[in-house]
This record gives sequence, C-alpha cells and structure tokens, in this order.
Amino acid sequence: MSIDRETAAKVAKLARIRVTEDALPALAEEFNTILGFIEQLNEVDVEGIEPMTSVTPMRLKRREDVVTDGNQQAKILSNAPDAREGFFAVPKVVE
Amino acid sequence: MADLNTLTIAEARDALRKGDVTALELTEACLSQIEGAGALNAFVHHTPDIAREQARAADTRIKAGDAPAMCGIPLGIKDLFCTKGVPSQAASRILEGFKPEYESTVTQNLFDAGAIMLGKLNMDEFAMGSSNETSVYGNAVNPWRRGNDDAALTPGGSSGGSASAVAADLCLAATGTDTGGSIRQPAAFTGITGIKPTYGRCSRWGVVAFASSLDQAGPMTKSVRDAAIMLSAMCSHDPKDSTSADFPVPDFEAALTGDIKGKVIGIPKEYRMEGMPAEIEQLWADGTAMLKAAGAEIRDISLPHTKYALPAYYVIAPAEASSNLARYDGVRYGHRAKLAQGDGITEMYEKTRAEGFGHEVQRRVMVGTYVLSAGFYDAYYNRARRVRALIKRDFDQAFDAGVDAILTPATPSAAFGLGEMKDADPVQMYLNDVFTVTVNLAGLPGISVPAGIDTQGLPLGLQLIGRPWEEGDLLNTAYALETAAGFVAKPGKWW
Repeated sequence: MSIDRETAAKVAKLARIRVTEDALPALAEEFNTILGFIEQLNEVDVEGIEPMTSVTPMRLKRREDVVTDGNQQAKILSNAPDAREGFFAVPKVVE
Repeated sequence: MADLNTLTIAEARDALRKGDVTALELTEACLSQIEGAGALNAFVHHTPDIAREQARAADTRIKAGDAPAMCGIPLGIKDLFCTKGVPSQAASRILEGFKPEYESTVTQNLFDAGAIMLGKLNMDEFAMGSSNETSVYGNAVNPWRRGNDDAALTPGGSSGGSASAVAADLCLAATGTDTGGSIRQPAAFTGITGIKPTYGRCSRWGVVAFASSLDQAGPMTKSVRDAAIMLSAMCSHDPKDSTSADFPVPDFEAALTGDIKGKVIGIPKEYRMEGMPAEIEQLWADGTAMLKAAGAEIRDISLPHTKYALPAYYVIAPAEASSNLARYDGVRYGHRAKLAQGDGITEMYEKTRAEGFGHEVQRRVMVGTYVLSAGFYDAYYNRARRVRALIKRDFDQAFDAGVDAILTPATPSAAFGLGEMKDADPVQMYLNDVFTVTVNLAGLPGISVPAGIDTQGLPLGLQLIGRPWEEGDLLNTAYALETAAGFVAKPGKWW
C-alpha cells in the first residue's frame, strides 16, 4: 500500500489540517515510512483473536442518569477565543 | 543538613516532622535553584506565589501533627496536567493562553496531601515524542553531559522537563505521564526513578488526553522509596474517569522490605535486540546477577509477540490521538487562526490546526485519521487491537507460570544529543520506546531504576515489569535492585 500525494491531501482534509501543496510529497513519503513499519503486523496470525477493547477485564461503571453539574456558563466561556452574549462565536456555518 | 533542594521526599518528610526544616525553607531552596537553571529549560511556567502559599499551609498542618507523607514536599508538575488558573498547555501552541477552571484529580490528590507546586514542566507536545524536541517551549536539556563534552543532550521524552528538573535537584520530585514509555525512558536518561502504574490506578481526569487506552500518570523521583510514597498519594478511585479502578490504594512504602527471596524474575529473550550496545547487554546481565544474589530465582521466558508491539502502538496511539485531538478546533479554548475575508468554519478549523499543532502532532493525527478511515479500519486498527490482545496474553501466560516480575533494559541506548536525530526518519525515533511500549499495551505497571553508568559517563536504567495491581511487590523488587546497584552518581553542575 503506497500513499500518493492525492491520498495525503485527502487525509489532511479529513483531519482538518491545512497542508500546503508543496509539502504534500514529503508528507506522503513520511506516511509511507510509518505505514511500511506497520505492515509487519500482517505477519501475525490473529485468527480467532478478538480485538482488545479494554486492557483490564472490568465492566464500565454505571451511575444514575441525573444532572451532577452545570450552571457554569462563565467558566466554560472563559477560555474561548471569541465569546459573545453567552455563546461561543464562530464564522458563518450555514450559507 | 545537605542543600535542601537535594533531599529525597523521605528525607524531607522526616526532617519536616522533626521540625528541623520548614516547608517554606524547602520551597525557597527549590525556587532559587529553578531561578538559576534557565539553561535546562525544565520549568516553563513558574508559580512561586502558589508555592509559598501552599508551603505556609503545609507548615501549619505539620505543626498540628497529623500531616501525610507528601505534606510540605515541593514538586514540579508536567504541563499535561490541568492546574486551576495556571497555564496548562501540553507544550502546544494550540493551547496557548489556556487556563483551566478545574484541577486534575492527580494534582488535587497531591495538593490534598499537602504537596507544593513550584511550576509547570516542559514536555513533548501532547506527550508525543521521545526527546522533548517537539515542545512549543523549545528543548528541555539533560543536566548530564558526556564527560567534558559540552554538547547538550536530551533528557528523553515526553516527560523531559520532569526528568531534567528532578535529576538537577530543582524540585524533590515531579509528576510524569507515560503512554509508551514517557516516564521510564526519561528517568533512565537522567539517572532517576520513574514508575508507570497499572492502567486505571491514577485517574486520567484533567490530564490532557493523548491515547486514552494507554495514558497513565506516575511519579518521577530520586529513589524507589520516594516513588512508593508519591504514588500512594497520586492514586485514587475517581468516578470522573470511567476506567479508574475501584480498588483500595495500598501504602506502597510499607511494601519495601527489600526481601525478594524466592521471587521469580523472568528474563525475556525477545528483548535481546540485534545491534543492542554491549554496555546495555552488560547492564542487563549485571542486574540479573544482582537480583539472583538477593535471593530471587532467575527464569528465561519468552514473550513471542514483543516485536510487534511498536507497530501495533503506532496504529493504536495515533488512532486514539486523532480522535482525542479533534477537540482542538479553535472554538472553545486556545489558539484560533486569523481568518481571511470569506473564510468559513472549515477554513477556521484547518488553519487553526495547521498553526496550532507542531509537525509531529500533525503527522500522528493524520496517521490516526488514515488508519481509521473507511476501508482501512479493519486492516490496520482492528488488526493492531488483535495483536495487542496477543501481547497481553504473552504477559498473562508468563505471570500464570509463576513469574513475579520481568527484568529488561529500560532503553536501547543512553541519552543522545539534542538535534542528533533530526535527519532520521520518524521510525528511528520511535525505536526509543521498544522496551517500554509493551507495558502500556498490556496495561501493566513498569518501573525504571538507575543501575549503571556507561563509558561516556551517562546513566543507564533497567526496567522491571510487574503483575497488574501489584505495584507494591514491583516496588519492593525495584528497591532490592536499587540497593544492590548502589547508584549514587549525580550530574556535575554546569548550568
């Protein structure tokens, strides 16, 4: 499996990271190095082995479905790059 | 008494309780050392006011007579921990200016026990790196040098600032975190002790997430006893972390008897890597002999899937990172890129993340995105999780056969020069974690203990891997190894 610059551009797009056109060939090459290393996993016989979901055999805890927190609007907005009138502000989303 | 900043936690605790020293004196000693250690670039946010206030409170508590062991102990805190009202950036530009409105559970536990925060410590960006060279703050520097050569060496990573600060006696101990070796490798590179507990021992709440199924916090200290004391204070069951273990936290220090007679120590043949430096091989053999002399039974064992741990890790960790780091979108906190006329929300995301994430983080997020993308999920991600199950099974089988702990080298080399790996491909850097990453994949406790000095005068570490939840037993074996190795060397002060 080899990654070309089109695939690299597509991955960057999916990851929402802007990559300039001229940086794509080097990025594709790095992907190929890493994926080449990962290819070793194909040597392993994984027949009948379930993918690990939890490293310790423990059931996730449940709790009552009740509100335990809230009324912290000012705290939540305190780190926002742009907050107005009690909301996070972002560029126009809908055309 | 020795310079106060050079004390161990245990020494300081005893001196505090006897009234020979105050927490404020300890704190001032550390603060003045930090001030003079700019060249190490270990502390990146200084909190002297908080430290003095906490020290005064600790002194009051100690006088009252029932202070816990960590009361009055000045610590450095890795920048990955969210600390209320104090910059917590994970060494990333994307979290520039972020001041959490809350405290991580681990730091809260330490503060509840009376510990003191001197400041925040340098690290690799989002804990992704093995040399502290991916930090937005610039490189942290190892206080150790090769003989008289003044070339700057890496303190390792990702907890490079923590390792540098403890080794240089800028603080009594520090917090670290470990996703693939980020406590144990820097501990080995700087001649200190670092333990990653069993997955679930320390709450991950308030610790900036890298790879959630692998991340664990742990102490980085000047001795095994200190690691035991500090680990007891860091651990707790926490309902805010759904993977936090609901087990009582033992007094780990009480487990340090030094008696390991009859314990079975496994030596895994797969850790004998091709091209391993002779010095590392010798150190490993010496450590084996020390444990044998202390009364342990040495047994050759096999962990056949060891070779596949790193490739499995470099699927699973980036996959989880790509998901965890999706939250950095320029909306709720941290950096937002300046937008051009007509830019919409997608441009905001893309420009913000391109400016805010460094190169290594971008690369891992994109690798993670790729291995999780439609058509590859099964071939990469699911296969890696199946291999992970096999890696864990290897350990389970060794423990079921009666092995109590496993001895390996901590790293494949001593500390290397900053910039030396610049032209290497990313996989070369990843090989630093070859001996440590298996432990994260299997969720086990692992500890790095300084055990020797190489011909260039640099410290080398050995790793012990224990059974899940048996950190006390593991620390006791490490204590026996520490006693036998008698490592006392310190870096000469040049900074």
